[in-house]
Amino acid sequence: MSKTLFDKIWEKHVVKKIDDGPSILYIDKHFIHEVTSPQAFNGLNKRSIKVFRPQQTVATADHNVPTLNQHLPIKEELSRKQVEALIKNCADHGVELYGLGHPFQGIVHVIGPELGITQPGMTIVCGDSHTSTHGAFGAIAFGIGTSEVEMVLATQCLMQTKPKLMRINVDGELKKGIVSKDIVLYILSKISASGATGYAVEFAGSAIRSLSMEARMTICNMSIEMGARCGLIAPDETTFNYIKGRRFAPQAEAWDKAVTYWKTLFSDGDARFDNEIFLDAEDIQPMITYGTNPGMGIGVNDKIPTTETVNETDKSGLSKSLAYMGLKEGTSIKGQKVDYVFIGSCTNSRIEDLRMVASFVKGKKKADNVEVWVVPGSKQVEKQAIEEGIDKVFEEAGFMLRQPGCSACLGMNEDKIPAGKYCISTSNRNFEGRQGPGARTMLASPLTAAAAAITGKVSDVRELIESYEPLAVSHEN
Amino acid sequence: MAKSINIVKSTAVPLNIENVDTDQIIPARFLKATSREGFGKNLFRDWRYINDDENQPKQDFILNNKTYNGKILVTGKNFGCGSSREHAAWAIKDAGFDVVVSSFFADIFKNNGLNNFLLPVTVTESFLQKIFVAVEKDPTTEVDVNLEKQTISVAGETENFDINSYKKTCLLNGYDDIDYLLNSKKEIEEFETLEKKIFNH
Repeated sequence: MSKTLFDKIWEKHVVKKIDDGPSILYIDKHFIHEVTSPQAFNGLNKRSIKVFRPQQTVATADHNVPTLNQHLPIKEELSRKQVEALIKNCADHGVELYGLGHPFQGIVHVIGPELGITQPGMTIVCGDSHTSTHGAFGAIAFGIGTSEVEMVLATQCLMQTKPKLMRINVDGELKKGIVSKDIVLYILSKISASGATGYAVEFAGSAIRSLSMEARMTICNMSIEMGARCGLIAPDETTFNYIKGRRFAPQAEAWDKAVTYWKTLFSDGDARFDNEIFLDAEDIQPMITYGTNPGMGIGVNDKIPTTETVNETDKSGLSKSLAYMGLKEGTSIKGQKVDYVFIGSCTNSRIEDLRMVASFVKGKKKADNVEVWVVPGSKQVEKQAIEEGIDKVFEEAGFMLRQPGCSACLGMNEDKIPAGKYCISTSNRNFEGRQGPGARTMLASPLTAAAAAITGKVSDVRELIESYEPLAVSHEN
Repeated sequence: MAKSINIVKSTAVPLNIENVDTDQIIPARFLKATSREGFGKNLFRDWRYINDDENQPKQDFILNNKTYNGKILVTGKNFGCGSSREHAAWAIKDAGFDVVVSSFFADIFKNNGLNNFLLPVTVTESFLQKIFVAVEKDPTTEVDVNLEKQTISVAGETENFDINSYKKTCLLNGYDDIDYLLNSKKEIEEFETLEKKIFNH
């Protein structure tokens, strides 16, 4: 019988199916961080049990950490206590921790792939909704709550109901200056912030295939913003080339065996999906959000929708959203003044993102009215950026290169956008107050964010570059 | 935390807003605790207070309106979208709710609710509107949720809701998934042995 990519991986991980109920699903890799794990460890300690398979869990500190002076003790007491609890819990239970000061520390969804921990065919979970990122490798990867973190720590399994399956096909050639963040914001604008709830989404089509691994991660990262349980992309040579030689990648004979297996991971030609969507890559413009959910996106040259023109899904929330954002329906978003630019988060903080921004801003200076924060996804990304001289490019442009963490994506640490200020952010959520109480977030690609940093307002990056060539260069690691 | 849940008959709080995300339910800056308790006081924090000041409640926000109270929170579609933070379910439970009613829930929130004996009840959009109308018109209106029978009733009208029988049994009897999994250890170990023959992780 023909099977989808999702089916193939799912079936290999079902320990047992309960009648009219969920399945016991085996989890290959579990990532944990300081914010959603302490209560799970408390639960284990209460039951006097240890982590069942400590070698299959990896920890890092990312959500709560400062992005300046990481060598100093964390000033904020509650944040410090949470990070200290993680250190103690990992030590007590024998879990590997890449904490502050460790050369592998970083945003959990950046370090998993860059260390080669994330591999095709795996089931991967983490107490963070953006775990969907790892699906870019052809893995079933999804976010879980803390009770579920406790289940995985205790048994390496979860009780899961199989989701419905959707395939989103993006075919054709991307226009110059259009990057993967634009693709995913475009998909969101078409299907809405709840358009894939209850589904696992496979992204396919020639435009998706043409993307690098890091660009694919950006797409899968935001599948949760459509409500999807997870997003995934069939592994191919791009995937194998990315993984090969990484620290925890299979070596020698094990590598050949792994690749042979990975090559079987694709949706069969006549595999059935519960829903299928087809989009044309050529229709995609540089995207930006105007509202307070990630489905509220438009092309930078488009007008903000009106109650008449907005999608049905966002009709009831439009005026509340626009009131919060201080924007008017039917007006242009291009030219809107920007106060902050944040380049970072598990969506867009990888080395390719930083290279993309650097190649555009080289020789330019930021606008006086804008503060620009660049927060690399990991210590390794930071190190590589410095080795390539990207830090110098940023310094000359007036951008501040900070230290790795989740930072202003969710404003858990000090990196908050002040109330009423506009921030163009390469992160994943523009919810009210997400970047700080009253902060006004506009989601965009690293290029569109960089363009706003230079002009001080929402701009079409394509009008600011004479030659697109530097952007078209693929930087494989 | 109430262990087990069956009949909840109570007045309700109508939060007639769609796409309520977990950052609204409990903003990230309140996720710094290492225990599960005490999140209720920060439930909908930024919708409740002006300038984050507890002395300045926003009068037009429903949770600040003393006319409405009860154990049932009624909300617009796509409730709980966004992050996986279980703190959202903890905060709602801690604030005294046992049931959340909506026409559509985000996946992870739904699971988190079920794992905390906070029952997510999915109704049709038309029934949801009936509840809003009835409760907004008369705040003393009671909503009657019966898990055993899988029914929800308001103002003389009743609708059935879905829940898989495994989860229903868990909620009715106060069972946790983790207990079930711990009791399945032997099967899990056997599976691991088999799995390792297939491919190494």
